[in-house]
Amino acid sequence: MIRVDGQGNGNSLIQVRGLSKAYSRGGEQIQVLQRLNLDVDKGDFVGFMGPSGSGKTTLLNLLGGLDVPTQGSITVAGDEITHMSGSKLTQWRARHVGFIFQMYNLIPVLTAFQNVELPLLLTKLSKSERRKHVETALSVVGLSDRMNHYPRQLSGGQEQRVAIARAIVADPTFLLCDEPTGDLDRKSADEIMSLINRLVKEYGKTVLMVTHDPVVAKQADLTLHLEKGLLVEGGQRQEVVAGGVA
Amino acid sequence: MRFRGLIFANLFRKKVRLVLTIGSFAVALFLFAFLAVVRSAFSRGAEVAGADRLITTNRIGLIQTLPISYQDRIAAIPGVKAVTQNHWFGGVYQDEKNFFVQFVIDPDNMRKVMNEFVVPDDQWANFLKDRQGAVVGVKTAERFGWKIGDRIPIKNSLYGPTKTWEFNLDGIYHNSRPGGDENQFWIQWKYFDENVPAFAKSTAGWYVLKLDNPDDAARVGKAIDTMFANSSAETKTETESAFAIGFIKQFGNIEFLIESIGVVVFFTLLLVTGNTMAISVRERISELGVLKAIGYSDRAVLFFVLAESLVIALIGGLVGLGLALLAVPLLGAKLNGLLPSLVLSPAILSLGLGVALIVGAVSGLLPGIGAMRMRVVNALRRV
Repeated sequence: MIRVDGQGNGNSLIQVRGLSKAYSRGGEQIQVLQRLNLDVDKGDFVGFMGPSGSGKTTLLNLLGGLDVPTQGSITVAGDEITHMSGSKLTQWRARHVGFIFQMYNLIPVLTAFQNVELPLLLTKLSKSERRKHVETALSVVGLSDRMNHYPRQLSGGQEQRVAIARAIVADPTFLLCDEPTGDLDRKSADEIMSLINRLVKEYGKTVLMVTHDPVVAKQADLTLHLEKGLLVEGGQRQEVVAGGVA
Repeated sequence: MRFRGLIFANLFRKKVRLVLTIGSFAVALFLFAFLAVVRSAFSRGAEVAGADRLITTNRIGLIQTLPISYQDRIAAIPGVKAVTQNHWFGGVYQDEKNFFVQFVIDPDNMRKVMNEFVVPDDQWANFLKDRQGAVVGVKTAERFGWKIGDRIPIKNSLYGPTKTWEFNLDGIYHNSRPGGDENQFWIQWKYFDENVPAFAKSTAGWYVLKLDNPDDAARVGKAIDTMFANSSAETKTETESAFAIGFIKQFGNIEFLIESIGVVVFFTLLLVTGNTMAISVRERISELGVLKAIGYSDRAVLFFVLAESLVIALIGGLVGLGLALLAVPLLGAKLNGLLPSLVLSPAILSLGLGVALIVGAVSGLLPGIGAMRMRVVNALRRV
C-alpha cells in the first residue's frame, strides 16, 4: 500500500518521514523538497511526475542514498539510511538499490555481459556463479543473444534493457528508475515499460519511477505529483490508499 | 583479480593515447637508463677503487711526472706493503678513432698492488721475459681480434717525433671485479724508458701503493707528501677513490649534469602523464559516478585510476628498459672504449622501474583523488 500521509503501519518496505532537501545557490536557500512522507510496500510500483525542477530526481537520489536530506528520515527494510556514513551507504546501495537511468549509463568499453556483471564484482560470488546470474538477468530482459555486444552495437531500447539487467542482477530490494524511457521512441518505450511491469508482476520487484510521460506514468500503481516540493496524489487505482500531504 | 577486465577495458579505451603515453614512459626510461649507465661508467673507478690503495701524483697535476727514484723511498715508509708505478703512453693504433688506454707499467710490482687484474701465469711469465711485450684487456683484444703472439704497432707522438712502437701481445687479462676495466693495454716501463727522450727518462706518471692496513691511509699519505715537500717534484697522495673522483671532475660535474637531465626528463614525464590521466578521468566522470551509484566505494574508484596509471607506467618502463638493454651494448661498442664498459646493472633497472612506478602513481593520484571525492549526483548530472 502506498501512502503519503505519514500514517503507515510501520511495516512498509520504504518509509519516508518529514523529508526536506534544500540547496544553497549563490547564498540563496532553495527548498526543493518540503517535509515529504511516503510509505511504499514490497511489490509496489510508484510513479513520480512533476514539472522540471520540482524535485523528482532529488527525491530519487535521496531514496537511492546518493544524496543526503536536509531534514527527515528514510528507512528501507528496517535500515535508516539518512544517518549512514558514506562508505556504509555505498555498501547499502550495492545491496538494496538497482538504478535505471534515462541515458542507460552503460560503460561503453564493456560488453553487455560485463556491464551486467559490474554489481556482482562487489559480491563474493565465484566467476561461474556470476556468469549464471548475468545470463539469467540478460535472459529476463530478452538479450541472451547480445551478451557479447558492446553498447555501441545495440539500439537504445536494447541498451536500456542491458541497464535493467544490470539493475536487477544482484536482486536489489527496490529499483529506482529516472526517466527510463526518456531517450527512447514510443515502441522502445512500450517495450521497456512492459519489461518493468513484468519485473513488478512476475518477480515482485518494488519500483519507484520518475517520468515526464503521462502514458508511462499510467502504468504505475499510483502516480504522485511533486509540486513546489510537496507530494500530491495523482493515482488511478482505487485499491491504493493515498492520504493527504502531511 | 576480478577487476582486471574493467581496468584493461578502460586502458584500451583510446588506443592512440595509450600508445603515446606508454611511448612517453618508454622514451623517458630509455633515456634514464642511458644516463644512469654513463654516470655509472664515469664513477666506476671510484666504485671499484681498493680501500687499501693510495695514489701519489705530482702536486701540480697528473700530466707532470715524478722521479722514478721516489718508488723505493715510498716503499720504505712503514705501512706500505708494495708500490708500483704507471705512465700514460697515449699512442694510436692505426687510426685515432681506435682509442684505448695504454699504460706503461712496472711488471715487477704490478700484480702485488693491482691484484684484480688476472693474467694466466704462463702469459705473465712470457711478458716478463719480453721487453717489447704487451698485455691487453680481454675487451680490447676482442674488439680488434687480437690473439697471443700478434705484433701490435702503436703510433706515438707524445715522446719526441711521431714514431711507431711495436709490441708483442704476450697476455690477455680479465678483471676479477664485476664491472672492472678490461680495456687497458700495458707495456713494460724498461722498454719505454729506453726509447723515450731524456726529458721523460727515469720518470713515473704516478705511483700506486698498497697498504698493510687501510686505516693507515691518512698517516701514510701525509708521510709521503711531507717527504717530498719543497722538492722539485712535490707530491699529492690520496686514496684511489678520491683520485678517481678527482679524475672524473676534470671533465666537469658530470654527475650533476646527468642528474639534472634526469630530473627534467621525469618532471616532464610527470606533467605529460598527469595531464593524460586527468583528461582520461574527466572524460568518464559520469561512468565513475555510475560505478559509485551501483556500490563501488570511493577507494575502489581511486584504485581503478591508480591501477591504470601504474599499468601504463609499468608497460612503458619495461619497454624503455628493454630497449635500453638492447641498445647499451651497441652504444658501448660505438664508444670504442672511451668510457669503461657500459653496464646496465640490475640496480639501474630496478631503480628505473621504481621511478617509473612512482611517476605513474603520482600522475594518477591527483585525478584519482578528484574522482574519489566526486559526488555521485554531480557526476550523474554530466551525462
